[in-house]
Amino acid sequence: MTWETVIGLETHVELATRTKIFCSCTTEFGGAPNTHCCPVCTGMPGTLPVLNEKVLEFAVKAGLALNGSITQHCKFDRKNYFYPDLPKAYQISQLYLPIVRDGEVTITWGDGNHKTVRIHELHMEEDAGKLVHDPWLDQTKCDYNRCGVPLIEIVTEPDFRSAEEVIAYLEKLKETLQYLGVSDCKMQEGSLRCDVNLSVRPAGSQELGTRTEMKNLSSFKAIARAITYEAKRQIERIEEGKRVIQETRRWDENKDATFAMRSKENAQDYRYFPEPDIPPIDISDAYLARLWKEMPEMAEAKRDRYQAQYGLPAYDAQMITSQKALADFFEETVALGAEPKQAANWIMGEVLGGLSARALEAKDMKLSPPTLARLIALVKEGKLNRNTAVKVFEAVFDHDGDVDAFVAEHGLEQVNDLGLVRETVKQVLAENPQSVSDFKAGKEKAFGFLVGQAMRALHGKADPKAVNEALRAALAE
Amino acid sequence: MELTKLTALELGKAIQTGQVSPAEAVQAARAAIAAHQGENNAFITVTADAALERARTLTAGKAAGSPLWGVPMAFKDNICTRGVKTSCASKILGDFAPPYDATVVEKLTGAGAVSLGKLNMDEFAMGSTSETSFYGAVKNPWDLTRAPGGSSGGAAAAVAAGEVWYAIGSDTGGSIRQPAAYCGVTGMKPTYGTVSRYGLIAYASSLDQMGPIARSAADCAAVLDLIQGRDSRDGTSLPGEYGNLLASLTGDVKGLKIGIPADCFGEGLDPEVRKAVLAVADVLKGRGATVEEFSLPVMEYVVPTYYIIACAEASSNLSRFDGVKYGWRAEDYEDLTDLYNKTRTQGFGREVQRRILLGTFVLSTGYYDAYYKKALQVKAVIKKAYDEAFEKYDVLLTPVSPTTAPRLGESLSDPLKMYLSDIDTVPVNLAGLPGISFPCGLDGQGLPIGAQLIGPALGDLTVLNAAHAFQLETDHHKQTPKGGDAA
Repeated sequence: MTWETVIGLETHVELATRTKIFCSCTTEFGGAPNTHCCPVCTGMPGTLPVLNEKVLEFAVKAGLALNGSITQHCKFDRKNYFYPDLPKAYQISQLYLPIVRDGEVTITWGDGNHKTVRIHELHMEEDAGKLVHDPWLDQTKCDYNRCGVPLIEIVTEPDFRSAEEVIAYLEKLKETLQYLGVSDCKMQEGSLRCDVNLSVRPAGSQELGTRTEMKNLSSFKAIARAITYEAKRQIERIEEGKRVIQETRRWDENKDATFAMRSKENAQDYRYFPEPDIPPIDISDAYLARLWKEMPEMAEAKRDRYQAQYGLPAYDAQMITSQKALADFFEETVALGAEPKQAANWIMGEVLGGLSARALEAKDMKLSPPTLARLIALVKEGKLNRNTAVKVFEAVFDHDGDVDAFVAEHGLEQVNDLGLVRETVKQVLAENPQSVSDFKAGKEKAFGFLVGQAMRALHGKADPKAVNEALRAALAE
Repeated sequence: MELTKLTALELGKAIQTGQVSPAEAVQAARAAIAAHQGENNAFITVTADAALERARTLTAGKAAGSPLWGVPMAFKDNICTRGVKTSCASKILGDFAPPYDATVVEKLTGAGAVSLGKLNMDEFAMGSTSETSFYGAVKNPWDLTRAPGGSSGGAAAAVAAGEVWYAIGSDTGGSIRQPAAYCGVTGMKPTYGTVSRYGLIAYASSLDQMGPIARSAADCAAVLDLIQGRDSRDGTSLPGEYGNLLASLTGDVKGLKIGIPADCFGEGLDPEVRKAVLAVADVLKGRGATVEEFSLPVMEYVVPTYYIIACAEASSNLSRFDGVKYGWRAEDYEDLTDLYNKTRTQGFGREVQRRILLGTFVLSTGYYDAYYKKALQVKAVIKKAYDEAFEKYDVLLTPVSPTTAPRLGESLSDPLKMYLSDIDTVPVNLAGLPGISFPCGLDGQGLPIGAQLIGPALGDLTVLNAAHAFQLETDHHKQTPKGGDAA
């Protein structure tokens, strides 16, 4: 029998606000334990949460970008459960009136495949703290730094049929949220986490099978592997005549397998009820209109524009818009006078190469657009040749150094004195009579050798084209 | 000058004019506490030394804008005071000293208040008699065999006994007004949202509100002027014009339309209470008000609605007391669940556990719709009934409680009966309205009777002014319990 895998996702995304959702503590990652918290985010008696308006704004923007409908009268609810990482013993979340409902995202993957994924809802909530278990002391320590860090949870309908589609959706989600500036979506810092709901059914069936939930998958690779594993596990069970049990499963990265955590029968009753400490939020049409106006140009629009306005090939437009920081970098460089195709080449070649060699993200890059624009200008003006320019690039990349100063300091300016070039060529020919006669005997390779000799004599600073021409002329004499 | 006989405003004036120093006032309070604490147990923590030290730093010159500069007072023990034990009268918070002040504490401190300490109460403000305290029951200064009412029983008793000139209590279902009535003092629950709840350890967040207990409506107005106002730390606090209640008290009630809900004067009401409360209407009529009886047919629903909502919120609010982060923790436990179970079973008293269990039940899957959701719907109906009443009347006059102070121990044996006696006060919280409780006479046993005036939302001035008019005409509020003065 052929089987179909049916997948729905719950994705938690940390919002990139400076401060927490209900107090003014920093959201900065890390920090010594319990240094980024206060009486409010640790739920001390008598304290009250006050909603950070930036959180609402970011959630609404995300909702608009995901084509959702915004709940203009929305509320927070309490989700009650006891656990030491949750100091109030309830999480402030949204159940009854989430901020966004009924969105959709179009994803593309593989060789031109595409589909629309429905977003069931998007809601705002607070993150919990972190427990650190110390097996030596047999102790558990609580670190409340993450308590109250703002999250949005984005819940899709069960619209995915493969790991490929899931990854395409997550890439798209990441791109969208980064473009909006509402999250940096760093998986390694936990700012994008995924729960995967998965079931299988005979191909062609309309009914959903019994699903399992895999929690806290923290890399695209883990997600893809967990999906593949879990689908196979469920199919095997069914083919063996066993039932799939509705349960939560944990993905073990090292063992490359999922393991049962708790079954539905032991599911908690969260006793949700409306949060009385936060008044309902009424979102005006004017507020929505303002946020619409503030929505940035998204990746797709940029791709189209780069091709139309700058004449970039589709491939270049795709590469440069893959990260918002790169696209911004490109646009600023062009705005400073760089020729768009030149800027694109530098970004796709040297910039991406430099980043990948250093395992950096574009947004963390030190190199600034004025520096690259200057480098491109120097090449264009014939003051640097392309090869020397690459050397300068490498030298200034890490600290965004001064291009002109570096060129001057190392005497790298291109030799544009044609007299000197001709003089040098003559000398090279005189020193290499064998090569000259080889060339004249039709050995084109000898020409390359002579060019190399001349460039070396000119310390690599000459314009290769000028050297070529001078050599041809001299050999023709 | 017999300081403990003065109202808070009178003492404030004497301080401003230099007749009395803040330190002398603190000494008088300290002597009164020393004389009465042993019998009425109104305080959990007395901070007399710190109060004296602070009083000495207060110079009368800074009193401008605060008519209560230098006047000794105290806070109910569920209001956070930095560095001072704030236990909610519970074992579970027995060693909890918050690292922050409640907004009301900050505001009053800035206005020259001198706190003598923390007042006893029902554990976590759950109760109507102040007998559920881990630190022992509070006793009524008018009759030490009787309860002072609750949950702000320590606050009412301390003011009645002349130990402080005013106190800040909290009122979730009558916890300021009912003990004020039982102890013969004036207490006001302001409109929900006019006093910041920041630093009030929550019982039921949507109903809790802090307010003053003092010796007159004018004193209450003076205190409210100092503590009301929008607070950026409390999302439910309301913007608005604050700070001119005292200045606006004219005692003029000409044309004031008073509604008397017949439903609050029916079965179960003590005839002496009925008579004394209705006499208030006559006095105000004498000053030009009009009085009319009307029907408020929601009264039979108010008590169950209140207990469902209050307990539901409490079950969640009190979950943080789990022995993990602060407060008391059980000593021997096997694992995490055992730690939670033992800490909470041993740390909370019976009444608190009863309400947590009730609240947990009504929020559970399968019961939510039948209880909690229905209660929210009924709450909306109750609010609407009051809104409609206020289309016709400026204030409503009701008893505060169907009876005068019960004997100690009498109520705890029958919790349902105790809950039902909250009928006159809980709808005011459900509808978020201002309500004032003030003395209107003594019953045959010499126990104080309280009357309640209820106003529309943000009608705080109207109810204060009507109570003030009554107090200009009568001297019930000037009665003090026998032996109520400091030596």
